Amino acid sequence: MKTRTSKQTGFWFILPAMVFVLLFFIFPLIAVLIMSMTNFPLLGEVEYVGLQNYTDMIGDTEFHQTIIQTLIYTVLVTPPLFFVGLGMALLIRKTNKLSSFFRTFFFMPIVIGFGSAAFLWYWLLDPGTGYIPQLLRDLGFGAMDKPILGYMPGALLAVILMVVWKFSSFQMILLMAAMQGIDPEVMESSEMDGAVKWKQLRYITLPLIKRTLGMVFILSIAGSLLAFDQFYIMTSGGPTGQTETMVFYVWRQAFRSFNLGSAAAMSVAISIALLLVSLIQVRFINEKD
Amino acid sequence: MKRTDLLTKKSKRRGRNSPIPFRGWLVICISLMILFLSPILSSLLHSVKTPKDSASSPPAYIPPTFSFENYRALATSSNGLISNGIHVYIGNSLILATLTVLGTLFLATLGGYGFARFNFKGKEIYFAVILLMIMVPFQALLTPIYFLFSQIELQNSLIGLSLIYITYQLPFSIFLMRNTFVVIPRELGEAAMVDGCSPFKVFRSVMLPLSRPGIISVALFAFFASWNEFIAALSMISVQEKYPLPVVLTLLSDRQLGSLNFGLLQAGVVVTMIPCITLFVVLQKYYVSGLISGGVKS
Repeated sequence: MKTRTSKQTGFWFILPAMVFVLLFFIFPLIAVLIMSMTNFPLLGEVEYVGLQNYTDMIGDTEFHQTIIQTLIYTVLVTPPLFFVGLGMALLIRKTNKLSSFFRTFFFMPIVIGFGSAAFLWYWLLDPGTGYIPQLLRDLGFGAMDKPILGYMPGALLAVILMVVWKFSSFQMILLMAAMQGIDPEVMESSEMDGAVKWKQLRYITLPLIKRTLGMVFILSIAGSLLAFDQFYIMTSGGPTGQTETMVFYVWRQAFRSFNLGSAAAMSVAISIALLLVSLIQVRFINEKD
Repeated sequence: MKRTDLLTKKSKRRGRNSPIPFRGWLVICISLMILFLSPILSSLLHSVKTPKDSASSPPAYIPPTFSFENYRALATSSNGLISNGIHVYIGNSLILATLTVLGTLFLATLGGYGFARFNFKGKEIYFAVILLMIMVPFQALLTPIYFLFSQIELQNSLIGLSLIYITYQLPFSIFLMRNTFVVIPRELGEAAMVDGCSPFKVFRSVMLPLSRPGIISVALFAFFASWNEFIAALSMISVQEKYPLPVVLTLLSDRQLGSLNFGLLQAGVVVTMIPCITLFVVLQKYYVSGLISGGVKS
C-alpha cells in the first residue's frame, strides 16, 4: 500500500514557521552585519565605512563603562537569585497540597512583566509616598528622605532587590522540577546510610541536578547581561549614567541618537558575547546528569 | 516531652527528607509568602486611595477612605497624562496578545509536529537555526528590524509588533509542541492514515485534540510575552494611540509641575498586572508544565 507521506511532508509542516524565521530573524541578522559596516543615517546616502564602527566601538569609553556596569550587575544579581531560588525549591519540592499552595504565591511575581514590576517598585521605594521608606522609618532607621534610586550604590541594590523578588521563583520552578525527578530510592538509601541532611544536599541532591543547576545559572547570567527594562524605568541609567547597561546604551544610540551604524556594530558585539555564554549552556544540556 | 513527640510526628507526616520541623517550615513559608505578596498588595492598596491620600507623605499603609477615583481618572484623558481613556490601551494590548497567541499557536503546532514526526531533507539545519534564535539576543536585532519595518511601513503597527513577538516565541513554543507530540503513540496517527486520512487531517483531527496541555502552555506563554514586552514596543511604536499598556505606564510616570501622581501610576500598574495574575492562578498547572517541558527537556 502506498503511504501518503512523502519525503517532503515534514517540510510543509515547518514551512510557515520557517518563513517567519527567515523574514524576522535571518534577514535582520544579515542586515545588522551589513549596517555595522556602514554609516547608516536615517536619511541620506548609506556609505560603506568598513570596520570603522568597530574601531570606534573599541575606543568608546562610555560603552566600556556600560559593559563594566552590566558585568557588576550580573555578578551581584546572580548569587542571590540562585540561592533564594534554591532555598525555595528545597522548601516546596514536596508534591503535597500545602507546598503547592505556597508555590502559587511564590510564583506570582514572575507573571507580572518587568515593566509593571519596575513601575511598582519605583513607587514602593519613593521617599515620600512609598511603603518601603515608610516601613524603615517605622522600624527606626531614620528619616529615609534620600531617594534611594538617586544614589549609588542604593540605585543598583534597589534594582537587584526588585529583580530577586520578581525572578527568583523562576529558578525555583526549574530546580524544584529537577529535584522532583530524582529517584526517591536514592534519597531513601542515603538516609539509611545515616547521611546528615546538609551532606545529603551537598553530595547527593545537588550533584544529581547538576545539569539543571548549570542551566539555571547560565539563564540568569544571559538574562542579566541583557538587562534593560528595570534600569530604563527605575533609574533611567542614573545617577549620572552609573546604572546604564550595555543594551540601554545601544538602544539609546539607535533610538535616541539614531547612530544606527554604530548601534549595529555594538549589537553584533553583544550577540557574539551572548552566543559564547549560550554555547556553554548547550554543553550543559548535552551533558548527562 | 509530649510536645516534641507531636513535632516529630508532624515532621514525619511531611516526609522524612525534611531537615526542619513542620512548624518552622510553616513559619518560613508564610513569611516568604508575605514578602512575595506584599508589593502587589501595596500597589493595590495605594491605587484605591483618594488622590489626596495617595499623594500624602508620609503614606498610610491602609487607605483611610476607599476610592476608585484613580481608576476613574484613568478612564478618560482628563488626567493630562494620556490622550485617551485607558480602555484604548487595554484594547491595544488585547489586539497584540490575540494576534501573538493565535499566530504562535498556528506556527508552533505545525512546526512542532513537523519536527516531532517526520524526517526530511535539511531537518538538522532548520533545527540548528531555531537553536541559534535562542542564542542571539533579540534586543540586538531591534535596530535592523526597526529599519526593515520602516521600509515596509510596519513600524507604528500592532500587527508589525505582533510579527516580532510571534517569531521570538517560536523556539520555545516549537520545542514545547515537539515534546508534546513526541509522546503521543505513533499508532494513533498510523491507524488514521490507513483509513485514508491525509497527513494534515491526521494532525488536525487526531494529534491536535490529544495535545491540549501543550497548546494551552504555548498560548499562555505567548500571552504573557506579548502583554508584558517592553523594549520592542517602546522602540517600534511612537504614536501614542497605538501604545500597549507597559509603554503607557511611562506616560503615567511623567511629572506634572514637578510632582508624580503615584496613585494614578499604581492604578495603571494594577490594570496591567491583574490579567496576568488571574490567568496564572487559573492555568498555573500549564505554566509550570510548559516551562519544564519547553525549557529543561529541550
